[in-house]
Amino acid sequence: MLELHNLSKKFGSLVAVDDVSFTVAKGEVLGFLGPNGAGKSTTMKMATGFLAPTTGTAVVCGHDILRQPLAAKRQFGYLPEGAPAYPDMIVAAFLRFVAHIRGFRGDEAAARVDHIVELVHLGEVCDQRIDTLSKGFRRRVGVAQALIHDPPVVILDEPTDGLDPNQKHEMRRIISAMRPEKAIIISTHLLEEVEAVCSRAIVIAHGRILADGTPAELAARSRYHNAVRITVAHGNAAKMRAELDQLDDVAAVETAEGEDGVILLVLARDGRPIADDIADLARLRRWKLASTAVERGRLDDVFRAITAPESEPRPPWDLGEFAKLTN
Amino acid sequence: MIHNISIICRRELSGYFATPLAYVFIVVFLVLAGVLTFFAGNFFERGQADLQSFFTYHPWLYLMLIPAVSMRLWAEERKSGTIELFLTLPIRLGEAVLGKFLAAWLFIGLALALTFPLWLTVLFLGDPDNGVILASYIGSWLMAGAILALGAAVSAATKNQIVAFIVSASLVFVLIAAGTPTVLGLFEGWAPEGLTRAVAGASIFRHFSAITRGVLDMRDLVYFLSLMVAFLGANAVLVDLMKAE
Repeated sequence: MLELHNLSKKFGSLVAVDDVSFTVAKGEVLGFLGPNGAGKSTTMKMATGFLAPTTGTAVVCGHDILRQPLAAKRQFGYLPEGAPAYPDMIVAAFLRFVAHIRGFRGDEAAARVDHIVELVHLGEVCDQRIDTLSKGFRRRVGVAQALIHDPPVVILDEPTDGLDPNQKHEMRRIISAMRPEKAIIISTHLLEEVEAVCSRAIVIAHGRILADGTPAELAARSRYHNAVRITVAHGNAAKMRAELDQLDDVAAVETAEGEDGVILLVLARDGRPIADDIADLARLRRWKLASTAVERGRLDDVFRAITAPESEPRPPWDLGEFAKLTN
Repeated sequence: MIHNISIICRRELSGYFATPLAYVFIVVFLVLAGVLTFFAGNFFERGQADLQSFFTYHPWLYLMLIPAVSMRLWAEERKSGTIELFLTLPIRLGEAVLGKFLAAWLFIGLALALTFPLWLTVLFLGDPDNGVILASYIGSWLMAGAILALGAAVSAATKNQIVAFIVSASLVFVLIAAGTPTVLGLFEGWAPEGLTRAVAGASIFRHFSAITRGVLDMRDLVYFLSLMVAFLGANAVLVDLMKAE
């Protein structure tokens, strides 16, 4: 439903977006991921016809954004970065304005406004000026105007930026609820968001697509994918480490001090499953393991590895996620 | 086309009245118009039942006040980022430019229309030539439109409303002053007559005073309309060029 063909954008000598192509089908929620300044917003601005691409084009439901901009623009709803809205307008009047521009008149426009107000829970602020709204409500107003015409393609630039956890949850609920009917792109730099709502993720940095896959596929690219985490008593650790290192599919063993002993993190070679091998070895040697857990790998690591290859990978215990990992 | 322009125009107009800006503008406009008419224009001392002393100062009134309206037209949209929302709606650029321009032009038309008590005054005091007064009102509104179009184009070129104000006011000053006797005097004597005439002919001042003498000459109408068309065209080009800067 939305196709980007070789989109590039140069600002002088700076290449902001470099040959980006992908398609989003109905039923997909594509997470568009990247560090700040990676070219996410620029790509979205080009896909929505706000910014003219240096090369390439976008096609929305069969309409080329450059050749048939009006037809293309009717097919999508767009939340620009920062959720801009006219600050001195009343929420309801603003939504009515967008409904009118979207071609609805009279009662139908009113019905559209009522429906969207209900959908994104704007009822209590409907009669307020937009500049009096909290950040969360303002973003919801931005999402409301993007969805008011029930478009087949939805493009949301950082829909949850600046929202509190409850509001984020609510926004994700809204996105997930409309997923079956629409092709959706959301840009974000929050990895939890990708795991929560996206069926597919594209990682972009320096204007180029570096990875494209389901969140699980991306996580599998982590160097910690299928790593096994073992907590053992002090004293045995060094010997065990040496033995684990000998296993064929083990790439490396990292250690750290845990609360109830030494944590051994056994990294799998190329993400191969090694849990069974380790269990066999432990049975053979009659090791006492306080706990074991298999890592899926976190998008976080993958994201960092892809977008900032020179950075040191952080082992899982760096992130204060003990509770999650030592289940 | 017309439908979208009217939706945009109505939104803009409601925007004016959502803040005190519109009321402040109208009050300042009326007070200044009155002060210029009665004190600078010697309305009573002239002892004539016409609005000449009122209309004479309109170019100078507009010099200050119209850039104050036009400065926000596009600069504010760019500054607040709403331009991205606005221009990704299914509208043509021309509809956006015209809708905004018309709203501002109608708004100034309203302020101008609210000076009607002056007309009532001369009607009460004597027997004015209503044709001249009507022509002058139309001429004044056309002049306002031309200045507004210029201001709109300038506003599209910056995010900063103050910059937009100063640049538009300066350009308007040049356009007005070109036709004043002082400036023309500078050219006389040394410059070829053609140049002097061209400078005078380019001036808002000349064309407007021709109209206030009561003659709605085609050339003056064409002059103001072509200024509007040219500046609105420039406005559209500038919006397209600068929108994403």
